[in-house]
Amino acid sequence: MLLLLPILIPLAAALLAALLPARGRGRPALGVAAALAQVIAAVMLLSALPEGGQRSLMLGNWPQPYGIELVADTLSAAMVLVSALLGLAVLLYSLGQDDSENAAQDATATPLMLGLLASVAAVFLAADLFNLYVWFELMLITTLGLLVCRGSSRGNEAAFKYLALNLVGTLLLLVAVALIYAASGQLNFAALQVAGQWPEVAADLRPYLGLLLLALLLKVGALPLFAWLPASYPVLPPAVLALVGGLLTKVTAYVLLRLTGQVFAAPDLWLEALGWLALLTMVVGVLGAAYHWDVRRILALHIVSQVGYLLLGIALASPAAAAGTAYFTVHNILVKANLFLIAGLMFASAGHYDLRRIGGLYAARPLLAVLFLISAFSLVGVPPSTGFWGKFMLLREAFEQERYVWGGGALVVGLLTLYSMSKIWLEGFWKAHPEPTASAGAIPLPAYAAVLLLTGLILVMGLYPEPFIHLAQVATAGFWNPGGTL
Amino acid sequence: MMLMLILSLSVLVAASVLLILSRDTLRLVVGLALLGGAANLTVFLAGRPGSGSGLGLGLTPILPPIIAAGAEMLPSAAANPLPQALALTAIVIGFALLCFALVLIANLARQDARQDADVLRASEPDATDPIKPPLLEP
Repeated sequence: MLLLLPILIPLAAALLAALLPARGRGRPALGVAAALAQVIAAVMLLSALPEGGQRSLMLGNWPQPYGIELVADTLSAAMVLVSALLGLAVLLYSLGQDDSENAAQDATATPLMLGLLASVAAVFLAADLFNLYVWFELMLITTLGLLVCRGSSRGNEAAFKYLALNLVGTLLLLVAVALIYAASGQLNFAALQVAGQWPEVAADLRPYLGLLLLALLLKVGALPLFAWLPASYPVLPPAVLALVGGLLTKVTAYVLLRLTGQVFAAPDLWLEALGWLALLTMVVGVLGAAYHWDVRRILALHIVSQVGYLLLGIALASPAAAAGTAYFTVHNILVKANLFLIAGLMFASAGHYDLRRIGGLYAARPLLAVLFLISAFSLVGVPPSTGFWGKFMLLREAFEQERYVWGGGALVVGLLTLYSMSKIWLEGFWKAHPEPTASAGAIPLPAYAAVLLLTGLILVMGLYPEPFIHLAQVATAGFWNPGGTL
Repeated sequence: MMLMLILSLSVLVAASVLLILSRDTLRLVVGLALLGGAANLTVFLAGRPGSGSGLGLGLTPILPPIIAAGAEMLPSAAANPLPQALALTAIVIGFALLCFALVLIANLARQDARQDADVLRASEPDATDPIKPPLLEP
């Protein structure tokens, strides 16, 4: 039951929220309550796990191989907790939205955001390939709903581009799942791991595994399949953007880590290719961000760049790299979402997202400036921040494996990230506002509370990283380890 | 039977790729729907209907996966029921997404009657300045 709660709570709240009137604070308030309950359920789940152990649940008490299994190990429980905390922050933020003309449309977003949180938690807990596919589809459907819920022409366009590319991705995933089932007769992760140890099954699985990898690379936003991401994300309202931009690609990165590191044995050649792809993704993403002046577009392209680091961690294929990837994923979810929320507050204060039209935020909102700096330094990886520890774990492993080009490339990308962040700082915060008469809008308290919550988590994880790194190492101890079993 | 299914699968995939590569929004959505059909067919084929050796090209008649009254288990020649259940799930999901996509392109057609994917550039306009991106109103 403990395993089902993080999925059932937001799902039930989503249905309930859809019944509440769209006007007023009812929906966001219910959303915050549900997110809080999900956080508590996730904490209970994580604390109920034995050290390095797992809990599983056979739905409907059907025995293997007929039943659908949910499994929580340290990694999946920790990821559920992080996504629940993020959900709490963004729903808190949307509680503070004023009653402007967009507020009514944004209220329809609350049930969809809760549905997204439920499906993300379910992806983390799924231990069955087909079940995984179903939850991926639910993530796709809720995100499409979030894209069109403002009814704007830009939203419809973004949804169309998102749909066209991501639907191809999920269909490839479905075909890969079907072919893997045809070759091995299994869908359950643990059973697939055992089946893959038979040499003839492993040889059969290899091409299908490539298809699976391709589908997931499309959904994670790797080069050259990331065009849907900058085309769709920047049209979302800030709270939704923080949730979608913070979580979705990272969920897929988690699935990639789980499937290549634990369930299947990916061939070395593919890992080599994945490493170079990671390097190119990093570089192209950060260069794209350097071109843009719209804060949301800069941050959206930094998602692509950060996905490169996650793929690098997967391509390095060792327990230490897996621990680095896990830590970096958590860091990236929190920091990126926080930066998107801060971008929303910058818009509320200065009246535009484009850096050429805003300025003077350091004088007008010193607290916001400090909050931005903390998250920006974390994204760049200035010690002692979460980004520094995550990159340190990944880069040390890269240099230990004598992957000097990959590691050096990641360092250069860090420098270019600093360029983008200092551009936002200089143009948005430091320079005077180009139209000084423009009055600064008020920032509602819940929005500040949401940003403070995320900033607090980032600070704790950065200044006192030891327990978190230890947790990441415990969670990924069985990865890339032939003796490890599910 | 298997051979026929595989042939129709290839035709479906070829047609869907042709349609997906089109710039016309309706063609693209129809292509995605066909690709979804092809994916569902692949799931169905994963159950090796007409179970047999090798590629399963044998002409063994397929028995439906139904346990006879009084029997404890499926006859050995029956098709595997699990992929059929999976295909059913995938069909339902694909249908929901198809409905959404059709409404979406109907809305897009109301914005621009050309229904051309290339003119959908409201959020990503072409650059006018050689260095800086175009400025969009929020």
